[in-house]
Amino acid sequence: MQSEQNREGFLCSLPVLALLAAIFVAPLLVIFGFSVMPGKTFSLLQAPTLENFATIVNQTYYQSLLWSLGLSFATVVILLILCYPLAFAMAKVFGVFANVITVLVVLTLFVSENIRLFGWVLVLMKGGLLSGGLNAWFGFQMDSLLYDVPAIVFGMVYVYLPFMLFPLVLGIAMVPEELRQAASDLGASRWTVMREIDLPLALPGILVGSMLTFVLCAGAMAESKLLGGQKVIVMADEIETAFTYGQNWPLGSALSVVLIVLIGFVAYFVLRRVDLDQILGKV
Amino acid sequence: MSGKERDVALKLRGITKKFGDFTALNGIDLDIYDGEFITIVGPSGSGKTTLIRLLVGMDKPTAGDIFLRGARINDVPASQRPTCMVFQSLALFPHRTVGQNIEFPLKIRNVPVKARRQRAMELVSLLHLPTDFYGKNVTHCSGGERQRVALARALAFDPEILFFDEPLSALDFRLRKTLEKELKDIHRETGKTFVYITHSLEEAMVMSDRIAIMRAGEIEQIGTPDQIYNEPINRFVAEFMGEVNLFPVRAGSGGRLEATEFDGTFAAPESGLRPGQEGTLMVRPEVIRFLAPCEAADCVLEGTVYNEYALGSRMQYNVRVGDKMLSVEKLREDRYTGDLDSKVLIGWDVEDSRILAAGD
Repeated sequence: MQSEQNREGFLCSLPVLALLAAIFVAPLLVIFGFSVMPGKTFSLLQAPTLENFATIVNQTYYQSLLWSLGLSFATVVILLILCYPLAFAMAKVFGVFANVITVLVVLTLFVSENIRLFGWVLVLMKGGLLSGGLNAWFGFQMDSLLYDVPAIVFGMVYVYLPFMLFPLVLGIAMVPEELRQAASDLGASRWTVMREIDLPLALPGILVGSMLTFVLCAGAMAESKLLGGQKVIVMADEIETAFTYGQNWPLGSALSVVLIVLIGFVAYFVLRRVDLDQILGKV
Repeated sequence: MSGKERDVALKLRGITKKFGDFTALNGIDLDIYDGEFITIVGPSGSGKTTLIRLLVGMDKPTAGDIFLRGARINDVPASQRPTCMVFQSLALFPHRTVGQNIEFPLKIRNVPVKARRQRAMELVSLLHLPTDFYGKNVTHCSGGERQRVALARALAFDPEILFFDEPLSALDFRLRKTLEKELKDIHRETGKTFVYITHSLEEAMVMSDRIAIMRAGEIEQIGTPDQIYNEPINRFVAEFMGEVNLFPVRAGSGGRLEATEFDGTFAAPESGLRPGQEGTLMVRPEVIRFLAPCEAADCVLEGTVYNEYALGSRMQYNVRVGDKMLSVEKLREDRYTGDLDSKVLIGWDVEDSRILAAGD
């Protein structure tokens, strides 16, 4: 009976498995293959070599990697601090009003990321909405806020906020209200309740949100291009350049492999601590 | 338990709680004495949970005052009151071990780790938990073990008053019976004031020094289990206290009562009913006897045995008198030996019956 169900399940998922194999696994394998080919070749049939990885270390490509990881880390920390109070309020305080916030936040996802970022360029540029407005109303002179690291982080925080907010809301909603009341009844202050009860029990949501935003940020480049003016070259940017202008598929593949493996590790360690079924609603 | 005057630990005066138009509690006055085990009993919706939430500090009364040893504590939040509650769900912290759960209130007070651990171990043994439970994951504990952990955690807090919100209701019958007695023993052991809420009168009878019966946001009667059982003030309390025979009577002449729903007259207990006035007579099933032919009793009725039911150590009978079913309960060794549907005489002593106030 059990095995029959298993077989039916397997048959049902066959189309999806085939699709995934064709459009997800196969390209990945090609990338892994190219990463050990000699530079600037377009053939997968050369003798394998590790020269691309040596190039990454010897030239300055590793700096891009550090920038990507650093920017992602900063974004995740800022998002945690920004989103936790809002998520707490949405899960425990606002009631029906929380749905309005959910809809508003989701609506922003309906507009392309690039268009939203261009909107911010208009706001933050010299003589743009912000500095021009302040100048016109208060005579306050200010420089462009664009084209530096803070602008990039700002852009990432802005774009990836929903991916932190919603897992946090789910995580906090999982904390039973009675546990909070019991802790408080046993003498715990609000801060202690947060430290001893809320944070540990909402940890799955916190970890998933952090991982999602970290992974997305590490692979992001629109923010650094549009708001950062390529002051900082991030990893995704290097990969794009290697594949396009550089016409160096093996180097681009090697860069991709480094990023994939690093993020894979992060995801593995996070997901090992989290029961996804618990968050995505028990069956 | 008897005689000596005790201080009032918690005093409630005119406690009213409204949720919008709905009055959940309507002017409750109650004194809870130091060291007593008082149980507040009522059907669901009677307001008992609302009441305990106010007493613990998780909610504020709409009107009225709560005094803890003379100090008004209406606005003191739960975290700053020297009382605590065992929740219906127990509210054990699932991410902590048994030991960490018990130590939680001590950790909050920055008690040193060693002292904390020692106290936790004392409580573990007081509650008959195995000592190796200290490091056990609470989510792996059985229902009864979880009860004990929750109680240990509350005792670690060392509250002046310990509240219980039906913590035993989810357990199976036998375990519940064991834990009821255990709880009463713990009460003796610790000498603390216990305030217990339940919808089960049996539970209240087993454990309590005093019982308060609630209905529709008001306290109907407060007293010892004996008082409540033997002298219920009205039909609601009488019926809540278990199976009972209630039937309307009218006071006739010469101090006799006559039943209005079937033929029968009986001697009247001290009632205060004036001739012609109507009331409700209460006769508990266990005071009714099957009479041998010619055996005398203060009150005698003739009926037929409709059916019998075995209740463990006791037998219960439904006896049809006119159109009315009366319930009779006997110990197994005194059981009725005749046939069903045969005519019987049943009777009781006048001092075992009681007139309830008119109305409900």
